Amino acid sequence: MTSRQHRNSFDPLAARARGRRFRRRILEMAMTVPALHIGGAFSCLEMVDAIYHGMMRQDSSGAYLDTFLLSKGHGCVAQYIILDALGILPKGELEKYCTIEGKLGMHPDYGVPGIAASTGSLGHGLSMSVGMAIAERHKGTGATVYVVLSDGELQEGSTWEAVLMASSLKVSNLVVMVDNNDFQTVGRTSITHPSFYPLVDKFEAFGWETVEMDGHDSEGIVRAVSERRGDRPFMLVGKTVKGKGVSFMENVVIWHYRSPNPEEFKAAMAELAEGRP
Amino acid sequence: MRNTFAETLYGFAQADPRIYVVAADISPAGPMAKFAADSPERFINVGVAEQVMIGMCAGLALKGMRPFAYTIATFSLYRPFEMVRVDLCYQNLPVTVVGMGAGVVYSQLGGTHNAQEDVAVAGAIPNMQILTPCDPLEVREMTRFCAVDNRGPLYLRLGKSGEPKLTETAPDPFVFGRLRTLRKGKDVCILSYGVIMKTAFEVADALERQGASVAVMNSHTLKPMDEEGIVRALRDYKRVIVIEEHAPQGGLASRAKQLAWEAKAGCTLQTFTLKDAFIHCYGSHDDLLAAHGLSAAAILAALGSPGRT
Repeated sequence: MTSRQHRNSFDPLAARARGRRFRRRILEMAMTVPALHIGGAFSCLEMVDAIYHGMMRQDSSGAYLDTFLLSKGHGCVAQYIILDALGILPKGELEKYCTIEGKLGMHPDYGVPGIAASTGSLGHGLSMSVGMAIAERHKGTGATVYVVLSDGELQEGSTWEAVLMASSLKVSNLVVMVDNNDFQTVGRTSITHPSFYPLVDKFEAFGWETVEMDGHDSEGIVRAVSERRGDRPFMLVGKTVKGKGVSFMENVVIWHYRSPNPEEFKAAMAELAEGRP
Repeated sequence: MRNTFAETLYGFAQADPRIYVVAADISPAGPMAKFAADSPERFINVGVAEQVMIGMCAGLALKGMRPFAYTIATFSLYRPFEMVRVDLCYQNLPVTVVGMGAGVVYSQLGGTHNAQEDVAVAGAIPNMQILTPCDPLEVREMTRFCAVDNRGPLYLRLGKSGEPKLTETAPDPFVFGRLRTLRKGKDVCILSYGVIMKTAFEVADALERQGASVAVMNSHTLKPMDEEGIVRALRDYKRVIVIEEHAPQGGLASRAKQLAWEAKAGCTLQTFTLKDAFIHCYGSHDDLLAAHGLSAAAILAALGSPGRT
């Protein structure tokens, strides 16, 4: 299967239904554990979903040829939900999230099925992905490495060492997306570092092919990636909403970390019900 | 040591396309320049960017490669410490972090370039292994180990250049994780490792001239340390002397003291290490060691008569 076939077969309505279903599942999980990073998982969900359902190629045995690395490891519940739905995580593992019986913690751990590298400490993922992409290039596999970064993570100097390196080595099999929800633990990223924006200019200046777009537009994301020139590393700055999909969670900083109470849970589930636009 | 390392690695890299060198702006002297010219896709100079050097090594290893991160010890281990800890050690990847000029080898460059506590720093991380050759012959053996046998993160602590051959006539071969007898003796045992081994030999020679029979043992694998071997030495000899180009904490000397206590060893144990201090001196490597109290003369003066325990 090629990424072009993916694009042709990528169904935006199905993606929207998955988005609602995955968000409901994340909220159900949030009712059983005290801390889940709901906001950051909801903001990157369409990008992670588009990578798995519209970009990553599998061989005849179902093994992925391409690699996905979630550099913003704290959003990993978004990845766990998708890995569970795809049958990559062992059945029942999601129910044991953050318990002593299970394998899944609040940050992705190398060795867990479907997890390509341990992340959680910010500013590590992009450097590792540059190494991975170079290895794939030298092996001649034709594989692409997909990465999702947080915008807070762009404040790490190490991220910029990797941005520079990917450009200098012309790592063209590297596709990176920034979950630009404009929030970090303590407020808005654009208030912490106002001169840092617009982001897309910075990557452009470092020699990347770039695009800035709605980070919740699944079909548009798949199209933008498939239509890239592909002669250099590619950066998609996705404008996203923290807590996307539940009105009272959107752009409210406490949902970086807290779980809903029963009333909030009910209201959120109603907003995410089947048949809603 | 630098050239022997590069020459040996070049040989293994010719045979194994999984070997990469990811260097951070350190001049590729001698055979390393040949590697860079012959295999430019496998010699990557990241420039002055040590965090991406370690991260890229992790990414390469996650895809089945066997990378070597290569620069001056302070910059291969200290600057990107959290990348070494998380990317390499937490994920337990077969990456060799090469620390050039460890200890006070860069004796004219000052404290910014001296790795006085690197064994303690690297040794504190789970999964990390530490190897330290004492001469070019051991550099060859250990580089082979790193390129061929190694299965996890490893800190290879090197000197720089001009080190004499000390292990040509050693009765024991190099075995990873095992104390290596370099000279046999009955009364006194000197434990040491790394470039300062030549001082350990000078001290041994002087003690022998005074009538003692002196063994010299190389604790080249600092993690996992050959604790059984060290305890055996502590039990077999009346006097054990540790000579170490490293801070007093977190290295061989402090571990030997712990082991001596735990084993209720009855020997005299005397340890000589770098000071726990930035000493702001410049000069030759020997000058710096002397300023830390690690010249053969200073050690002998502190030891007194070999017969006295």
